[in-house]
Amino acid sequence: MTTTMDETGTREHRHGGTGGTGREVKPVPAWRRRLRPYLLSVPALLITVGILYPFVLGAYYSVLNYAAVRPTPEFVGLDNFKTVMSDPIFWTSVRVTAVYALVATAVETVLGVGIALLLNRSSIVGKIFEKVLILPLMIAPVIAGVIWRLMFNPQFGILNHVLGLGSTFNWLSTKTALWSVILVDVWIFTPFVAILVLAGIRSLPKEPFEASDVDGAGWFYMFRRLMLPMMWPYILVAVIFRFMDSLKIFDHVFVLTAGGPGSTTRTLQIGAYEDSIINLNYSVGSTYMFLLWALVFLTARYLVSVLGKAQKRAAGSET
Amino acid sequence: MATELMPGRKRLTTGSVVADLAVIGWFVFSLFPIVWMVLLSLKTSAEQTSTYFTFSPTLENFGTVLSDRGTALTSVDFTSALLTSVVNCGGAVLVSLVIGIPAAYAAGRWRYRGSNDLMFTILSFRFAPELMVIVPLFVIYNQVGLFDTKVGLIWVLQLVTMPLVVWILRSYFEDLPADLEQAALLDGYTRRRAFVMVALPLVRPGIAAAALLAFIFAWNNYVFPLILTGSDNSTVTVAISKYLGGGGQAYYNLTAAAAIIGALPPLALALTIQRYLVRGLSFGAVKS
Repeated sequence: MTTTMDETGTREHRHGGTGGTGREVKPVPAWRRRLRPYLLSVPALLITVGILYPFVLGAYYSVLNYAAVRPTPEFVGLDNFKTVMSDPIFWTSVRVTAVYALVATAVETVLGVGIALLLNRSSIVGKIFEKVLILPLMIAPVIAGVIWRLMFNPQFGILNHVLGLGSTFNWLSTKTALWSVILVDVWIFTPFVAILVLAGIRSLPKEPFEASDVDGAGWFYMFRRLMLPMMWPYILVAVIFRFMDSLKIFDHVFVLTAGGPGSTTRTLQIGAYEDSIINLNYSVGSTYMFLLWALVFLTARYLVSVLGKAQKRAAGSET
Repeated sequence: MATELMPGRKRLTTGSVVADLAVIGWFVFSLFPIVWMVLLSLKTSAEQTSTYFTFSPTLENFGTVLSDRGTALTSVDFTSALLTSVVNCGGAVLVSLVIGIPAAYAAGRWRYRGSNDLMFTILSFRFAPELMVIVPLFVIYNQVGLFDTKVGLIWVLQLVTMPLVVWILRSYFEDLPADLEQAALLDGYTRRRAFVMVALPLVRPGIAAAALLAFIFAWNNYVFPLILTGSDNSTVTVAISKYLGGGGQAYYNLTAAAAIIGALPPLALALTIQRYLVRGLSFGAVKS
């Protein structure tokens, strides 16, 4: 990327279209002008390379048998992938991660869009609450995990008391733990979807709604035919962020359950943590992460292409 | 009716009452944990597990958490964790700004070959599974002596702060009409002066928003300090999680007090940049 600079059509040229203008008092040689964006990007490029280095090293670990007990690792090809993929606990992690990401994203999207629509009405109640909407989102997920762990406590936790469940209901049992950590995710991240969608709704043009109101269109028709298609890009941006983040969820789950009880909340990143940091088997942990990274990468590619199409369609429906 | 979709007309109907109730319902769910945390932080150790809403409130726990007495009780040095977090996050944001602003300007102002590749690589750090990078870093840091150091953490926090700064600021620089700098150039400014005197002041809100948001996310980060620091440079998030771990007596009231102290800086910062929050959180994708 550093060799050819022929297509450095700078924007200042395109703007200064009417002949002769754009000439600087002290002319800067063309080669320096072309080089400028590259020079400005050099520090960022160096940092990027610095971050990519451990990343590539991590990918390399997955074809070694590197562990703390084996400081001089050997090349083992795809053995780690074979081992990991024939291990039932890996598939448990995949299932937990998939359920977590799909359910959390779906619930947060529906709730977030609902809250955005509710807050968009000009009501006093909505105005008051809009200010505090983002509070859970700005608290560290770890702190959220700590708060909820105390609330979930069967003996003195407030939830069982307020909901009248007595002191026997266990929010973090084998059966309930996954749903409880998803509940906490919903508590933290629904405001994220809500504020993005709310900003989207507020940026929509008013004319189509007024026009179809005059035409006597019903609420549901307008929502489905006008608002939803125009809002769709905003919803998708929120969905992309939430889904990608859920696939690599760690913080609050780790504090709440550390992957337990059993492996019922052992997401892929928690699995990788167990293998590489607790068991000090770096290669197995890296194999987990490489597979997760591939999953995240492919999902991102797909979702971004969906977003591109939706943006085009929404732009079309506005005109 | 239809106009409900767009604000403007105010009427008190069954529909609007139900909608208001739904809003209130969400906010009870949303705020209750925070309120309960505050209540818990005001209880004495005797009251922490024995009562729910009736107790005699005291601010003593906050003092305990921040003093040596708290450190002796819980073996968590919260004050030094606070200090470490401030230094780490401040340092990480500073590095990201110094390195990110020129890159964001270049990407926002010119289309040059490789620009998009660099930008999307930086963005991909935001979505990459953290452990993919941490595991090798854990090994490297232990070899080169960066384990449990502030420098080591500032470096790895670039994964959090750099994408935010670069992407948010690129969207601000893109919105800035090139004619403004062009005019300055015609007046005899050098490119550098035009940037410093014209472009930079105009995106100041963007810089502030990006910096504060980066600070918040660096502050809230848990997985990097959890794995890459030990007892010397433990951060606020790691310190708070330690209150619950380990055996011995549990100090839930102290945990709550520490959680509140740890949550306050991000909350305060978030409120000051509320106008720019949506744009920041979506990396410039949603402009409001």
